[in-house]
Amino acid sequence: MPFIRPVAGRAATAFSRLWPALLSVGGLFLLWEAYAQLSGIPPTTLPAPSRVLMQGALQHRALWDNTLPTLTATLLGFACSVSAAFALSVLIDFFRPLRRALLPVFVISQTLPMIAIAPLVVLWFGFGLAPKIMLVALVTFFPMLIALVQGYAATADEIEQLVASMGAPRWRIFLIARLPSALPFFFAGLRISITYAVVGAIFSEYAGAAKGLGIYILNAKNNFRPDLVLAAVTVSATLTLLLFGATVLIQRLSMPWLRLSGSESP
Amino acid sequence: MSVARLELRGIAKAFGDLQVLGELSIAVGKGEFVSVLGPSGSGKSTIFKLLTGALRPDTGAMLFDGAPLQPDHRPFAFMPQRDALMDWRRIIDNTTLGLEVQGIGRTAARRRVAPLFAEFGLSGFEHHYPAQLSGGMRQRAALLRTVVQDKDMLLLDEPFGALDALTRADMQRWLETMWSRHGWTTLLVTHDVREAVLLSDRIYVLSARPGRVIAEVAVPLPRPRRTGAAVAAIEAGILDLLLSAPTQRT
Ligand SMILES: Nc1ncnc2c1ncn2[C@@H]1O[C@H](COP(=O)(O)OP(=O)(O)O)[C@@H](O)[C@H]1O
Ligand SMILES: [Mg+2]
Repeated sequence: MPFIRPVAGRAATAFSRLWPALLSVGGLFLLWEAYAQLSGIPPTTLPAPSRVLMQGALQHRALWDNTLPTLTATLLGFACSVSAAFALSVLIDFFRPLRRALLPVFVISQTLPMIAIAPLVVLWFGFGLAPKIMLVALVTFFPMLIALVQGYAATADEIEQLVASMGAPRWRIFLIARLPSALPFFFAGLRISITYAVVGAIFSEYAGAAKGLGIYILNAKNNFRPDLVLAAVTVSATLTLLLFGATVLIQRLSMPWLRLSGSESP
Repeated sequence: MSVARLELRGIAKAFGDLQVLGELSIAVGKGEFVSVLGPSGSGKSTIFKLLTGALRPDTGAMLFDGAPLQPDHRPFAFMPQRDALMDWRRIIDNTTLGLEVQGIGRTAARRRVAPLFAEFGLSGFEHHYPAQLSGGMRQRAALLRTVVQDKDMLLLDEPFGALDALTRADMQRWLETMWSRHGWTTLLVTHDVREAVLLSDRIYVLSARPGRVIAEVAVPLPRPRRTGAAVAAIEAGILDLLLSAPTQRT
C-alpha cells in the first residue's frame, strides 16, 4: 500500500528539510565568532561563541544546579496549566454561556506585562515554588484552553449525529467524539505553550528566587560575565527544544493514525 | 396492507423562514426497501434528523409499528451522508461503535462483528485505520457499523454519493445482494435516480424545497437488477416527473 512511507525515505526527507536551517544558523555563528575574534572587542562586551561554550563547560556544575529548579518550575507549572486548561475546557464545552463569561478574563490575563506581574506575584506568594508555578501557568494556560475549545468545536457534525443516533447521552458523545476530535488541536496548543513555559519560569526567577537559571543570569550579568549569561541562555534554549521534541514524540505515539495518512495536525 | 413498520404522516419542518419539508407522508413496510428521491436541498437529510431525534417536526406524526416514536427508544440504525468513520479508531473499533454505545463489552462486540468482515469485503483490514482504506471500503465499513447494531430498520443517507461512478455501481450491486440476503427494512434517501430504481421496491419522489411527495413509484422488476431497458424506462419516467414538477426557481 502506498500509505506507509519507508523509514529510510523519511529520515532522508527530514535531513533535506533540516539542512537549510543548519546552514543558516551555522553561518551566523561563524560570522559572530570571526567578528568577536578579529574586531578586538572585549569579551566582557561581546564574547565569542567558543568562549561561551568553554566557560559554560567550566561552569557546568553550577549551570546544572540552577537548571534543575527551573526545570521543576517549568514542568510543574506546565502540568498545572494543562490540567486547569483541560478541566475548564470541559466545563465550557458543557456550559456554553461560561465561554462568554470567562474568555474575556483570560484574554485580559494575556495582556498583563510579565515584567510588572512577576515581581508582584513574588511579593504576594514569596520566593518559593508557588509563584513560579503560577507564572508559568499564566503564560501557558491560554493557548491550551483556546486550542481545546476549538478542538471540540471542530468535531464533524455527522459523527456527532451518528453517535447521538445510537442513543449516547451528552457526556458519552463528548468522550467518544468530541475529545478525540480535539486531540490534534490539543497538541498544537501544547507545542505553542511549551515554548513559553521555560521563558516564563526564568522570568519568574528573575523577579526573585534563591536558585534557577533566571538568578544565574542575573548574577552573571551583575558580575559582567556576558559569556555566562549566554551559556545560561543556551541551556534554556536547549531545554525548550527538548521539551518541544518531547511533545512531538508524545503526539506521534498517541496519534498513530496521523503517520499513516501522511496528514499532519492543524 | 397491515400496519406499516414506519409511517410519517404530514410531517412539516421549517428552519426559521425556510420551509424545508411541507406535509410529507411516507410509509415503509416490514422488509421493504423504500427510497426517498429528491434534488439536493429538498430536505432528505432533514427527514433522518427528525427520525433519529436530532430535530423535532413542527407538525405531523411519526409512527413505528403503529405507535408514536419515543424519544428514548429509536429503532433505527443510521448511516450518515458522509461515512463518518472516526480517523482515530481502527476499522474494527469503528464498526463496533454502536454496540459499544449500547453497553456491550469490547471483546463481545468484536466477536459479534468479526464474522461479518468477510461478507463486507473487509477481511484483513480489521486493524487498519480509515485513512488506509479506499472510498468503497470505507462505505462498506460504515454500512457494517450500521447493520451490526441489529436495529429494526436501516436509514441510509446517500451512502454512495461520494464515490466515483464505477465504484458506486459496484457498491449498489453489492448492497442489493446484501439486502436480498438479509431482508433489512430500509429507508434510503438519494438524489441518484438510477440508484433508487436499482435498489428500491418503492420510490417516493420529492419536489424541490419545500419537500413534498409528488409521486410514488413502484419498481416491480425482478432481482438481481441490472441496468437495461426496463430500468432505463422507469428512470426516464421519474426524470420527467422531476423536471416537469413546478419549482420555485430562485
Ligand atoms: N440546522 C439547520 N438550520 C438551517 N437550515 C438548515 C439546517 N439544516 C438544513 N438546513 C437547510 O435545509 C435545506 C435542506 O437540507 P437537507 O435536509 O440537508 O437537504 P438534502 O439532504 O435533501 O440535500 C437546505 O437548504 C439546508 O440549507
Ligand atoms: Mg443530504
